[in-house]
Amino acid sequence: MSDLSSTVLPGNASAPPLTFYDTAESHPPNGTLLGFWVYLMSDCLIFACLFAVYGVLGREYAGGPTGAQVLELPAVAVNTSLLLLSSITYGFAVLEMQRDRQRPMMLWLTITGLLGAGFITLELREFAHLISIGAGPQRSAFLSSFFTLVGTHGLHVTCGIIWLIVLMTQVAKKGLIPANKRRLMCLSMFWHFLDVVWVGVFSFVYLMGVLP
Amino acid sequence: MSAHDELQHAHDDGHGHDDLGIHATFGGYMTGFVLAVVLTVIPFWLVMGHVIAKSSTAAVVILALAAVQIVVHMIYFLHMNAKSEGGWNMLALVFTIVLVVITLSGSIWIMYHLNSNMMPSMMDPANLP
Amino acid sequence: MLAHPDLTKLIFGRLTLDALPLHVPIVLGTFAVVALGGLVLLGAITYFKLWGYLWREWFTSIDHKKIGIMYMILGFVMLLRGFADAIMMRAQQAISFGDNAGYLPPEHYDQIFTAHGVIMIFFVAMPMVTGMMNFVMPLQIGARDVAFPFLNNFSFWMTVAGAMLVMASLFIGEFARTGWLAYPPLSDIASSPDAGVDYYIWALQIAGVGTLLSGINLLVTIVKMRAPGMTLMKMPVFTWTALCTNVLIVAAFPVLTAVLALLALDRYAGTNFFTTELGGNAMMYVNLIWIWGHPEVYILVLPVFGIFSEVTATFSRKPLFGYTSMVYATVVITVLSYLVWLHHFFTMGSGASVNSFFGITTMIISIPTGAKIFNWLFTMYRGRVEFEVPMMWTVAFMVTFVIGGMTGVLLAVPPADFSLHNSLFLIAHFHNVIIGGVLFGLFAGITYWFPKAFGFKLDPFWGKCAFWFWVVGFYFAFMPLYLLGLMGVTRRLSHFTDPALQIWFQLAAFGALLILLGIACMIIQFAVSIRRREALRDVTGDPWNGRTLEWSTSSPPPKYNFAFTPLVHDHDAWWMMKKYHYRRPLDGFVPIHMPMNTGAGIILAGLSFVFGFAMIWYMWPLAIVSFAGILVVAIAHTFNYHRDYYLSADEVRRVEASRTELLASHV
Repeated sequence: MSDLSSTVLPGNASAPPLTFYDTAESHPPNGTLLGFWVYLMSDCLIFACLFAVYGVLGREYAGGPTGAQVLELPAVAVNTSLLLLSSITYGFAVLEMQRDRQRPMMLWLTITGLLGAGFITLELREFAHLISIGAGPQRSAFLSSFFTLVGTHGLHVTCGIIWLIVLMTQVAKKGLIPANKRRLMCLSMFWHFLDVVWVGVFSFVYLMGVLP
Repeated sequence: MSAHDELQHAHDDGHGHDDLGIHATFGGYMTGFVLAVVLTVIPFWLVMGHVIAKSSTAAVVILALAAVQIVVHMIYFLHMNAKSEGGWNMLALVFTIVLVVITLSGSIWIMYHLNSNMMPSMMDPANLP
Repeated sequence: MLAHPDLTKLIFGRLTLDALPLHVPIVLGTFAVVALGGLVLLGAITYFKLWGYLWREWFTSIDHKKIGIMYMILGFVMLLRGFADAIMMRAQQAISFGDNAGYLPPEHYDQIFTAHGVIMIFFVAMPMVTGMMNFVMPLQIGARDVAFPFLNNFSFWMTVAGAMLVMASLFIGEFARTGWLAYPPLSDIASSPDAGVDYYIWALQIAGVGTLLSGINLLVTIVKMRAPGMTLMKMPVFTWTALCTNVLIVAAFPVLTAVLALLALDRYAGTNFFTTELGGNAMMYVNLIWIWGHPEVYILVLPVFGIFSEVTATFSRKPLFGYTSMVYATVVITVLSYLVWLHHFFTMGSGASVNSFFGITTMIISIPTGAKIFNWLFTMYRGRVEFEVPMMWTVAFMVTFVIGGMTGVLLAVPPADFSLHNSLFLIAHFHNVIIGGVLFGLFAGITYWFPKAFGFKLDPFWGKCAFWFWVVGFYFAFMPLYLLGLMGVTRRLSHFTDPALQIWFQLAAFGALLILLGIACMIIQFAVSIRRREALRDVTGDPWNGRTLEWSTSSPPPKYNFAFTPLVHDHDAWWMMKKYHYRRPLDGFVPIHMPMNTGAGIILAGLSFVFGFAMIWYMWPLAIVSFAGILVVAIAHTFNYHRDYYLSADEVRRVEASRTELLASHV
């Protein structure tokens, strides 16, 4: 093989031969995790737009309720704790995954999913309450941008929960095979990413929104 | 498709852990969690306890704490460092942060200008005729 | 129609028989022609029993080369549609003076200029650029396919679904009458209550999913799958520009998605983002959509700069002059393209500081672009330039693009822009850079890589005919618009009163006719080349004496691209291999790991088309069902772990041996 794959520099027999192809079977590195990270970055820019819209329109109350009047911080504090807890429980699931312990991993994933579901429930209650007091998304530009930003984040969490359920089914069926581990790591990135976005949401929308 | 699927099992097996790139540790997650809790509690306390009277000061403090917390999440939960994926993860993140800053600050700057030029009455009630 | 109007309304939403253009003869005639042509095509496919072949070998293919070719075909078909719109506008403006109202009523004319812009940018330039990157880039980096082959197929079909929605609007209902960016408040539900803007929104959202995923896909491919030894600074320039373009796609298209979603919320859910009441601010839409819109310009033009770089180096028989500066210029443009968006709305009322900031950044971005022009010129300088058709396009580009660039710098000066904003001067400027840059580049690329894709060159005579008609036609069509713009004529008018202007519009219409002849020559060129394919056959795989790795494979390349992974030592890898008397490997082949075809992409895109159509016409039950269908198919697809197979060493040996035979028979 080597006589075919290499050519000696003409007139310079002492130079090392140049090889122009690799005779072994080649495996390019898997790009899933990088690709998913790039996707998250693009998602981040969607949120950046929604934050920008909130930043511009967030004080356009149009005679309607202001942030200080309708935003309830205690509920948000509970929600924030649920999401933060779910981040650490997903972390525990990843630790179990690294040790190839499927059952405890599934347990932590279940807890993560339940915490996420609790978050969504509280958020939907908040939305329902706002709409019931006439502070729905149609009321003012402030409420439009508030509902859209917080709702988009909630939609992402919902997708995360559906994905979690699908993935748990797949792990149950196929076990902790490399493909499933990769998917678990992708979902881990997704989940933690949503927590990062939530830091922005509770700081920029809720905490700054109720400031006089 | 040609019938050589039986060879397929050879494909994934060699890669296992190495492909995942990161090695999470219990200590790392707990450090991140504790820091995140602290960085969440402080701003909530500041606002709910009306600790800072001046809104603009409070806003700056809240944003600063949020920025710190985002860094904490990135390091301890998302395992971000300069080496993962050959630095491409970090490069993508830095580029994204630059664009987020451009989008946010640019939009707010431009729209503030538009409002003050085109709708002076909106910006300053004293200008009303 | 039915006994229960409520049920009809539930199922068909607001779609009624009135939506069919039975009273518009032009549209009806077009429909008859399209329907007839479509029936003939479908009949022919059925008659020749090609459905199975098309499904197995093309529609479900995850081969980046076939997907690239399908993107190009989509782009070319849509070019015909977009050009039909263009020539209708030119005809209308050439005759619609004084008492003559022309042949297009204003509401029809408005749809045409909107559709023309949307189609040319999203469904001609974007698919062609993506197709070019899809076909060429993996070959240039020595990869066997892209990083996510299934996603590639899915992205393509989502683009097709978006294009089909725009085409459907021609015959069912109407398209937007808002201009290609659909500024509110004109595009709000109050001003545009019909389905036109909804067609616009859903076509772009669905195609946008495809564009974004393909951007991620190609980006990861370049980062992860380069042949060993090909460091970043040894990548071919086209691959570099593809990398930067995909970075721009990934970073810009989310903004479009977000802003169109907000517009959709305004229209569907009654929110107040861009309305004129309750705190809404239409200017925020303009601001956001140009944050996407300006990088989009560079998404289109950067890969084309890459094409010109490859073509110039190949036909000047020299390495590209200033490779490093070319790379840095590309990267600088990538970053700067995010800092100039306000120059699209200087007149909206920002203060002096904002306008001058964005005016200056706009002027700065022309510097790296100018540097590129000098690089190409210096590559040609003292080279042995061969004026093959791709090189002719390149020279025409350099002249034309410099003119367009200079009028762009002129528009970057805010005080000048105040008098030229929304005038035909602007129209002339951006057609000057998009036709003179993007289209000329794509035509150069098509001629250059056609033999690689199909195994035979394009007929040069008809290529030259097309070239001259296009170039001369372009100058006739758009130079008058510069003058008209300076005289103060604004864009998007369907009728004029000043008869002194008419001659310029007639000249422009004459230019459009010349371009029509150019397009006809292109179609003849394809037909003639296919007939004469044996005479034009490329057996070597390297018809132009190329420099980069794609020319080291056969034409067309085998489905695995490279029997062995190439090892790269310097840029212009293939040139170096030739210099060192590289010999093809003849045995020792090993099984090759390949991705497997799948129909999931076309099914998901089909369901997305149905979903989009249902949303446009308020057919809520159908929308819910098709959306659920999308979810189910997507999730079911993730349960398929069996996505690849091994091509046996015997098969590889057989393919390579037949190439050896072919090469030996043509020494």
